[in-house]
Amino acid sequence: MNTQTPYRVLVTKVGLDGHDRGSRIVAAYLRDAGMEVVYTPPWQSVDQVVRLANDEDVDLVGVSSLSTDHLIVPDLMQALRKAALEHVPVVVGGIVPDTEHALLFDAGVSAIFGPGTARDTIVNTVRQLAAAARDALENPFT
Amino acid sequence: MNRRAEQQQPKGYEKAETQWHDDYRRDIGDAQPVHNRSGVPIEPLYGPSTDPGAAHLEHLGLPGQLPYTRGIYPTMHRGQTWSQRQLIGHGTPAEYNERVLKMIDAGTTAISLIPCNSVYRGNDCDEIPLPLLGTCGTVVNTAEHMDHALSQVDIAAISTAMNDPSPFTLLSFVLNVADRRAVPWQQISGTSNQSDYLSHFIANHMFFRLSLEGARRVLLDHIAFCRERVPNWNPLSVVGQHMQQAGATPAQAMGFTLCSALQYGRDCLQRGLDPDDFLPRFTFFFDISMSLFEEVAKFRAGRRLWARLTLEQLGATTDRARRFKFHGQTSGADLTRQQPLNNIARVTTQAIAGILGGLQSLHTDAFDEVINVPNEDPARIAVATQNILREEAGLCDVIDPLGGSWYVENLTDEMEKTIVAVIDTVENAGGMYAAAESGLVQRMIGESALAWQDRIDTGDQKIVGVNCYRVPEEKDNHAVPPTVRPAKDKMQAHVDQLRRFKTDRSQAAVQQSLTALARAANSTDDNVFARVVEATAAGVTHGEVIACLRQELGFGQPLIVD
Repeated sequence: MNTQTPYRVLVTKVGLDGHDRGSRIVAAYLRDAGMEVVYTPPWQSVDQVVRLANDEDVDLVGVSSLSTDHLIVPDLMQALRKAALEHVPVVVGGIVPDTEHALLFDAGVSAIFGPGTARDTIVNTVRQLAAAARDALENPFT
Repeated sequence: MNRRAEQQQPKGYEKAETQWHDDYRRDIGDAQPVHNRSGVPIEPLYGPSTDPGAAHLEHLGLPGQLPYTRGIYPTMHRGQTWSQRQLIGHGTPAEYNERVLKMIDAGTTAISLIPCNSVYRGNDCDEIPLPLLGTCGTVVNTAEHMDHALSQVDIAAISTAMNDPSPFTLLSFVLNVADRRAVPWQQISGTSNQSDYLSHFIANHMFFRLSLEGARRVLLDHIAFCRERVPNWNPLSVVGQHMQQAGATPAQAMGFTLCSALQYGRDCLQRGLDPDDFLPRFTFFFDISMSLFEEVAKFRAGRRLWARLTLEQLGATTDRARRFKFHGQTSGADLTRQQPLNNIARVTTQAIAGILGGLQSLHTDAFDEVINVPNEDPARIAVATQNILREEAGLCDVIDPLGGSWYVENLTDEMEKTIVAVIDTVENAGGMYAAAESGLVQRMIGESALAWQDRIDTGDQKIVGVNCYRVPEEKDNHAVPPTVRPAKDKMQAHVDQLRRFKTDRSQAAVQQSLTALARAANSTDDNVFARVVEATAAGVTHGEVIACLRQELGFGQPLIVD
């Protein structure tokens, strides 16, 4: 695992909703855990998130959703692939009905954190995913 | 206090208290001190030393008497229980109408309309990805849509609460519908919920916002217009709910909300409006958390403070202008994803707190709200919870039943002090408008949210099913019904219909109205809301009104503070 530079994580909200208590808390968790957090206001479009993920060279994208905006995360996954950013793992946090978990996992989402997920679970999962993504990028043949 | 205490205490009390105190210290060991969510230290026992005694009348008053600590009406829930105002909104206007007519058949006298998130964000439905439409509210973009949504609803008789942020297009549509049905505007009653733009800037980014300055202007135009032309409409609901849901403590939420109300009151005074006329039309909207006694004390202290502030700061002279009318909503943030049926117990506890706190109107959350937009069964249980509390629990038999409790009176005083400290912080920063602009309030709320989360993460604050009393994943969640999404074909037809409407209407009339609206926005004496009402009557859509005002008055980006 590359531990020389801290992991960079984009914490954002796509779509229409603006409840940002969750994204702010998770951003603070990740910052406290030594990661660099690129934080956006809510209401980002899919294209804006892709551009930020690219420009900010992040190791992972975290999308927070409270009221159904997770339904456009599959569009985000497709747009990331189109921009050759398929190596950047995406995690979703917030309110995602059980019956729609498959929709997100099938689209390539790496993890879903529902309400009440423990701090350690979030931090450790993000760290592992970011580490794996960075390893894969830096050592493509191992 | 001590002088009062001597008057109140029966003979031998002091000795008995000392005895209890010694026994308590011996048995309790070194248990940690207890603080409520607002940081007020809580003693293990309260006694007569905190009884207000001779100051009773001026400090508490009787129900319906200043300072309204015990309630704003002489009869409170004995006379009229709270309005049961459940938020509803889903799908197309036709789907909304079907649901609302069922509710009216079942005896509802007050309805609400929650628009789709796309409406909140200032868009028409033809600009938004189909999967996001109608999932959290009804897609209403035109006066026609509102006419469908309220088809067969007697709008002269029923009170209508609209979640209708600036520039208030939903009320505009209702007034257009009233004109079509030859209903005089004087007969339209209800409330512009989500009219408190400061609360949106500070704590809830669900809503499209004009620039702070633009939002301030349009709200004042809206209030002035309604006072003159729609006299039974409440043009302003001051919201503490967003702040508490975003993490503010109960005392902070109350303090900030009173500061917002003061700001709006002062703005109205500056506009030349009469406080005895506009203040009775101010309403409040609060969150009710699990901290039962703290919430009761919050509401009692809030009533007392508002009675004082309206007199001292806003120059109200009538009793009516000093009444603190509020709607309460049980706290979604306190519900848990884990063991979701437990949320029924939580909502019940929160509702009891609100009722004992003397609310005028109540929304109870459905237990599945933390998982999806409420399904029919959970929504029915939420309504039943209110019915059970009203009909079976005896909560309405006595007015302010916790009044006179040594603990609750003391806590009301302590909460009041804490709230006053919050108000002082904001007032010293130049008032709520300036404090929102500088990010002060956002920062305070963010800190409280993190501190609360920290208490949960460390286990200091126990949350059943989250950090204690957990059950294995496979035994959890069986009670939750599947998520129902709006029918895609109906929504697609709705979008197509709007596109046809935009093509078929008189383009000249639309252009003329938009020009008049833009001119009003740039003038200092024309009323922007009056031009919104004219524009929507001429077929201008919600998204077009917003696009025009955004162009003229600017957009309010959220202020991100660390």
